[in-house]
Amino acid sequence: MAVIETKNLAYTYPGATRPSITDVSIKVEKGDFVLITGPSGCGKTTLCRCFNGLIPHFYQGQLTGEILVAGQDVTKHQTHELAKHVGLVFQNPENQLFALSIEKDVAFGLENLGYPRAEMRQRVDWALNLTDIYDIRERSPHEVSGGQQQRVAIAAVLAMQPDIIVLDEPTSFLDPLSAQKIFEVIHDLNKRLGLTVVLVEHRLDLTARYANHIIIMDEGRVCSDGAPREVLSNETTRLVGVGIPKATLLYQLLSKDGMELGNMTPLASDEMVKLLSEALEPR
Amino acid sequence: MIVVRDVRFKYPSGVEAIKGLSLTVKDGEFIAIMGQNGAGKTTLVKHINGLLKPTSGTIAVNGVETTKTTIATLSKSVGFVFQNPDHQLFSETVEEEIAFALKNFGFDKATIEKQVTWALNLLSLEQYRKTSPFMLSGGERKRVALASVLAWDPEILILDEPTIGQDHEQKEKLRQFILQLQSQGKTIVIVTHDVEFVAECNPRVILMKEGKIVADGEGKEILTNTGALEESSIVLPQIAQIFTQLEHLGFPKDVIDIYEAKALLLKAWEDRQT
Amino acid sequence: MSVFDGLKFRRVYSPIHNLDPRIKFIYVIAVFVAAILFGQILPLLALFVLQIPFVLLARVHRQWLRSLRGALFLATSIFLLNLLFHWINAGYVLLAADIEFSAAMTLRFIVLVESFSVFFLTTSPDMLGLALEQSRVPYEFSFAFTTAVRFVPVLAEEAQTIMDAQKARGLELEKGGFMKRIRNYIPILIPLIVSAIRRSLELAEAMESRAWGAVKKRTNLYALKLHRGDAGMLVIAVAILATAIYVWLYVPVPTLSQLL
Repeated sequence: MAVIETKNLAYTYPGATRPSITDVSIKVEKGDFVLITGPSGCGKTTLCRCFNGLIPHFYQGQLTGEILVAGQDVTKHQTHELAKHVGLVFQNPENQLFALSIEKDVAFGLENLGYPRAEMRQRVDWALNLTDIYDIRERSPHEVSGGQQQRVAIAAVLAMQPDIIVLDEPTSFLDPLSAQKIFEVIHDLNKRLGLTVVLVEHRLDLTARYANHIIIMDEGRVCSDGAPREVLSNETTRLVGVGIPKATLLYQLLSKDGMELGNMTPLASDEMVKLLSEALEPR
Repeated sequence: MIVVRDVRFKYPSGVEAIKGLSLTVKDGEFIAIMGQNGAGKTTLVKHINGLLKPTSGTIAVNGVETTKTTIATLSKSVGFVFQNPDHQLFSETVEEEIAFALKNFGFDKATIEKQVTWALNLLSLEQYRKTSPFMLSGGERKRVALASVLAWDPEILILDEPTIGQDHEQKEKLRQFILQLQSQGKTIVIVTHDVEFVAECNPRVILMKEGKIVADGEGKEILTNTGALEESSIVLPQIAQIFTQLEHLGFPKDVIDIYEAKALLLKAWEDRQT
Repeated sequence: MSVFDGLKFRRVYSPIHNLDPRIKFIYVIAVFVAAILFGQILPLLALFVLQIPFVLLARVHRQWLRSLRGALFLATSIFLLNLLFHWINAGYVLLAADIEFSAAMTLRFIVLVESFSVFFLTTSPDMLGLALEQSRVPYEFSFAFTTAVRFVPVLAEEAQTIMDAQKARGLELEKGGFMKRIRNYIPILIPLIVSAIRRSLELAEAMESRAWGAVKKRTNLYALKLHRGDAGMLVIAVAILATAIYVWLYVPVPTLSQLL
């Protein structure tokens, strides 16, 4: 069952001369972990904004084509309605937290939706525990690290219990270790809660292993869409300028020069080590 | 040349960010300073152009101690490119933005024009000469910020987290650009936690932890030293991750370059075929 | 500025800190009205002394004294200006009554400053925001308030970073004549303003994405409940106001010169 479905989606920002996305037709199934990537300016951020209605409602502009999220036509529902089904986590940790204490921030969406206090308390505590920030719930957002701030943003989205969580380059400002932690949290949510994840990222070396579906975009169009191992072995992907994981690239370079490493394209270093060990094991 | 001698630095709030650090950077060297957030990397490099003055110990740039001169004077030899270009951009045109520092340093009109043209060309920005910097994309703004710092051709260039938010191609272009600058004799200091980027550049790597230097050496050595990296909470670059697990097959441990890796593996494969 | 020191909240716990901000505010209004009513030194002195036990109970005496010190400049100006005005009015003669009046005006100013100081020193921005949310103030305003407070340290840090970035390009803030110095701040202000605008846009996106505007009557995770201490404080506030009004209406207050 598709939770996100678009047909020939195209969008032009108000005042822009060219569309930011053109002819985008994708399908995201329930429980998918989708990775969307592509060079800067390819339209991935624009696409994300379409998923929860920021486009077209907040940004205005011209949106053509069809888009259904959680079965609802985005153009016909306000963002605050769609927020119950789709949560969006943004790039800058600092600029999505407004309250003076972390737990109040996590409750923000629920307060907006008018939930009664007891239920809010329950959901907030649940979300805080899932993202492992229960201990810092009374601190001010500014006092904690970028990685913790992003986890607060994720908890804030989780509290509303959406079906889909969309994350737009959530680790851009974080160091690799904090980034790793965020990806583990997201992966955990995907596995345990069956939450559909749409992740926009450049760091494929850290994220390719979690995805079951990769979409590559370039200049507003989708140029590759499918299972990670296929998409990343595809020559177009590398040509478009996407930074494929080094392990994958090494595999391709070696295979091209005749080394027999099996058919499964590795997505991470441990997979590559296995392939190499088997291929080079002393007889 | 930058000589750091026994520097300690304490913020007014009482936090001691640098706890006794000594370092020498020779002219024309390319160094990468790495470490966890809070290790003191940015605090350290801010001492080089005098933005911060040590609580004790000395820093001398080209023989002049930073406490004995002004930030403006030091900046003539030390260009500092901040992480976020939007913290610098304020002019009506890219041209004016690049000319800003030149005007501050008191260059004459002819030199300013020459340098502005040179900087615009260096970073492929000539087409945006009369454009407002605010109209440009994120990547273009980063180039404008870089151009505005290179404009006065400082001998030492410090880049604070230059790869944040950049896609693969942009990082590749940046890497080549840095190597180009280095070949021109500039001293380059980058502060970063992008291990893959550092692995591709293979500079001298300095690892910091809690205000001290815990490792200092060639990129190859440091980035494959699992112990040191773990201590500074840094992830190994992917190629190194692979090779540290292939030791039992007789491979060297200090491999970080993908082409070197390919060559070694292919040779081992061909040897097995015979 | 040390006057602002007196307005900064400190995370200390005392009975006064735990009082409901709305009640504390009523107290401040009571003192305010009482101070306005009187132009004589004796009642104003009484009001001043009355606040001291609260300051001590709240354990904020050090910051409180600092705020008084900060207000000293303004207080002295008020005293001298009043004195000057009356001196001219009396035909360039210095009358004891006028000195007393000027001192009373100064004391009134000080009483007002210190009562607000006690309020802000013992009320965290969170509590203040919460009180605003739970009162009849439209949510947009209390949200604007708490968000502003939340971002003050962020903006301060950003301003510092921008200054560093521009200094690294040779900008010398201290150099030049008066006009040049003002122009020196343009490279600091513009990035700061642009950044603030960009930030507001991102915040708006985040707010929309978290269902802002879904329901007319928002609920609240926290609830401010009134306790016994609040009732007590309310009684004190009303007592102060009632006594002040009674004295003002029926009791002739002697001036200092009359007593001496």
